[in-house]
Amino acid sequence: MKVLNKSTKQIENSSGHGLHVPRVYNVKWLSFPYIIWMAGFIIVPLILIIFYGLTNKEEGFSLENISLIADPVNRKALFLSLKLSLTSTAICLLLAYPLAIILTNIKMKSNSFIVLILILPMWMNFLLRTIAWQNILEKTGIINNMLAFLHLPALNIINTPTAIILGMVYNFLPFMILPIYNVLIKIDKDVINAARDLGASWRQTFIKIILPLSLPGVVSGITMVFVPSLTTFVISTILGGSKIVLIGNVIEQQFRLGNWHTGSGISLVLMVFILLSMAILSKSDKESEGSNLW
Amino acid sequence: MVKKFFERFYIAIILLFLYAPIAILIVLSFNASKSRAKWGGFTLNWYKELFQNEDIMSALTTTLIIALISSLVATILGTTAAIAINSMKKTPRTILMTITNIPMLNADIVTGISLMLIFVALKFTLGFTSVLLSHITFNIPYVILSVMPKLKQLSPNTFEAAQDLGASRVYAFFKVILPDIFPGVLSGFFLAFTMSLDDFVITHFTKGPEINTLSTKIYTEVRKGIKPEIYALSTLMFVTVLLLLILINRRGAEKKAPVRKV
Amino acid sequence: MKKLTLVFTMVLGMCLLAGCSNAGEKVYVYNWGEYIDPEVIDLFEEETGIKVVDDYFESNEEMYPKIKAGAVQYDVVCPSDYMIQKMIEEDLLTEINFENVPNIKNIDPSYLKSSEQFDPGNKYSVPYCWGTLGILYNKTMVEEPIDSWSAIFDEKYSGNILMIDSVRDAFGIALAYLGYDINTTNETELDEAKTLLQEQYPLVQAYVVDQVRDKMIGGEAAIGVIYSGEAIYTKRENPDLEYVVPKEGSNVWIDSWVIPKNSRNKENAEAFINFICDGEIALKNFEFITYSTPNSIARNLIKDEDIKNSTVAFPDQTVLDRCTTFQYLGEEVESMYIDKWNEVKSQ
Repeated sequence: MKVLNKSTKQIENSSGHGLHVPRVYNVKWLSFPYIIWMAGFIIVPLILIIFYGLTNKEEGFSLENISLIADPVNRKALFLSLKLSLTSTAICLLLAYPLAIILTNIKMKSNSFIVLILILPMWMNFLLRTIAWQNILEKTGIINNMLAFLHLPALNIINTPTAIILGMVYNFLPFMILPIYNVLIKIDKDVINAARDLGASWRQTFIKIILPLSLPGVVSGITMVFVPSLTTFVISTILGGSKIVLIGNVIEQQFRLGNWHTGSGISLVLMVFILLSMAILSKSDKESEGSNLW
Repeated sequence: MVKKFFERFYIAIILLFLYAPIAILIVLSFNASKSRAKWGGFTLNWYKELFQNEDIMSALTTTLIIALISSLVATILGTTAAIAINSMKKTPRTILMTITNIPMLNADIVTGISLMLIFVALKFTLGFTSVLLSHITFNIPYVILSVMPKLKQLSPNTFEAAQDLGASRVYAFFKVILPDIFPGVLSGFFLAFTMSLDDFVITHFTKGPEINTLSTKIYTEVRKGIKPEIYALSTLMFVTVLLLLILINRRGAEKKAPVRKV
Repeated sequence: MKKLTLVFTMVLGMCLLAGCSNAGEKVYVYNWGEYIDPEVIDLFEEETGIKVVDDYFESNEEMYPKIKAGAVQYDVVCPSDYMIQKMIEEDLLTEINFENVPNIKNIDPSYLKSSEQFDPGNKYSVPYCWGTLGILYNKTMVEEPIDSWSAIFDEKYSGNILMIDSVRDAFGIALAYLGYDINTTNETELDEAKTLLQEQYPLVQAYVVDQVRDKMIGGEAAIGVIYSGEAIYTKRENPDLEYVVPKEGSNVWIDSWVIPKNSRNKENAEAFINFICDGEIALKNFEFITYSTPNSIARNLIKDEDIKNSTVAFPDQTVLDRCTTFQYLGEEVESMYIDKWNEVKSQ
């Protein structure tokens, strides 16, 4: 039997945690397939967007595509998107946080049952769920049928920004509930008990202990709701009757009509904006390295 | 207690909100009348029509095949990458993790568009393969992010110990490391599978005329007017997933919620 | 290890299956949605053994960049008049070899003559369908019979109007209503049209193209802007609906089959076009899509006298006199139209 004695070399563990494959065995090569893939399918495409965004049809360098974001039409779309996505994110947060707290206090045999119930709607196709809302909100849809039955005036929600907000909240609420819930159940009950023992009121306990500890989950949730809702074009197409034009619709339309330069220009601005806000947000959450998915 | 009542009431309302639209879709799938608002009698017709509808069935097959293959490939690439990244020094690790995070942070419309641009630049005809490659691309980060935490939890010495006892590198990997990180690999696989199944935007930009996934097929139907077969399909999907999740939950490992010490 | 091998073999097998469907003769057809009878396609595939792969677009402006970029190679496409004119000018089409399309003789010569407006010499296109743009309204939901574009700008129908989501059509309507040429390049006139459309925005229930059919049949709106071809179908499904070409004038259009230059299956494309031009096939197609056919054999074979002589499907000269065909106005003016349309919709 071979006895490998190379492994007894003392090597400084600079990563500080986890599986330590002694560098003698150099597994870095394992990452080469991935690096090549990444370079080809993540980096180069992004460079392409930057390239298209910064040039115009005559192949010259130009900032005109970027400046298009200031164009009144695009500005309106951007502000509307911001307004709707911020509102939806806030609503999701307000709805999700209490729910997460309630859920952590429930004694259930296995808390994965709760997770299951909440994930289940997410497994339904995203488009189908949005279409379902179209059915509910339509002029001749479910709500108006019920109202007509009760001789109440019809509600005209479809094809308005309100419908879009509804659609966004509906689609993204589970994404806000889960991260917060995951973080909350990991809080050691002993810590809370200790605080109470030391005389803190529920309110103080909440503000000083629970809230700060739950922050990574909140940040995670906000990320998972804000970005998709800011850039969606599907929800506004299905629930907006082509009357509501969000920034996602603008970009999609530009690409559909073949204006790759203008489309890329607007996408670039959007990308930078998102990355900046994410960077600011993640300042308050240094540990996660993005692993707060579940 | 009043508090308990309000709590239960609140949960009930949220659940109602989440499930009402799905309930409506299910009900409509049995509606004999094509109209969305009027009940025309109970029928199983749409379920029959669904299975005879070539377009929808082929879209369904395509969706499943793409999801399966892309998540398999992503799992392999992602797991190996995670192991490699984990053994790197801080700087290259941070760089690679940042780039890994890009497809997830970026709006999917930007990811979809960027992928379309590169396919066109390479004069690569858009079709099944372009969609598959795109799905693998956005799936890998999910796998890496699922496997990494598991890698971090491993004891540093297990690998060495195995080799001290005479195992070759490969043997040690498959018999010692893989079983320990397997939950992460598995959840990465399922996560990738789910993301691929549900994807619309990226597929929308990278597909060719011959290919339709379920999502893109539904999208074209939305603009024309929904066929009731779609409701039947959505009901079947819901029931399938419900059964699957119940099964998994029954067999499933109890999630040990690691206690967070302050 | 065994399990893994099994899984891999399965995956490989599926990959091969997925790739298998690529064998055999094909023709890639790029067409408007719901614009051809699926049974006609089946008949074509049976008779010729050529598999039809179809893709859809909702507007000329969406179809054009795909052809231009060439990311997908279509064999036969069905654009409208002004778009064909543009594509010819930009050298995107290839001349059709009419020896492979003998059924062209079935097309009524008057339509070939009209086609010369955008395809001089009839070298690149074969007429497929033609029609007018007008108002479809629900008799029971309006106060009096409609005969003017003023109805879709009228406040009393607020929330009950379905406006067409197409830039040239929308502006064409506004310009016609204001008494201008629908092919104007005059910016002042366009701005007036734009303002009119902006004022209409709050009254519009939704901007639609294909969905207008089902919505009007379902009674979800009182008035819709629609192509004449939809009129017969919708009236069949809901007898309360009436179609009218407003007195201020409107657009008459022809959609024709063309073959892009980068087509890879040109002969299959020509076989396809030839098949569509067969009298019996054209008749069958007409009965499904109900869009007016330029095929004289098909027209004579129409059994239903009402439809054969329908003024909706086959309007008489008085109607046609107040209709104009769209022209291609050049890239700059086109951009101007599109910009103004975006301004209208982004409120």
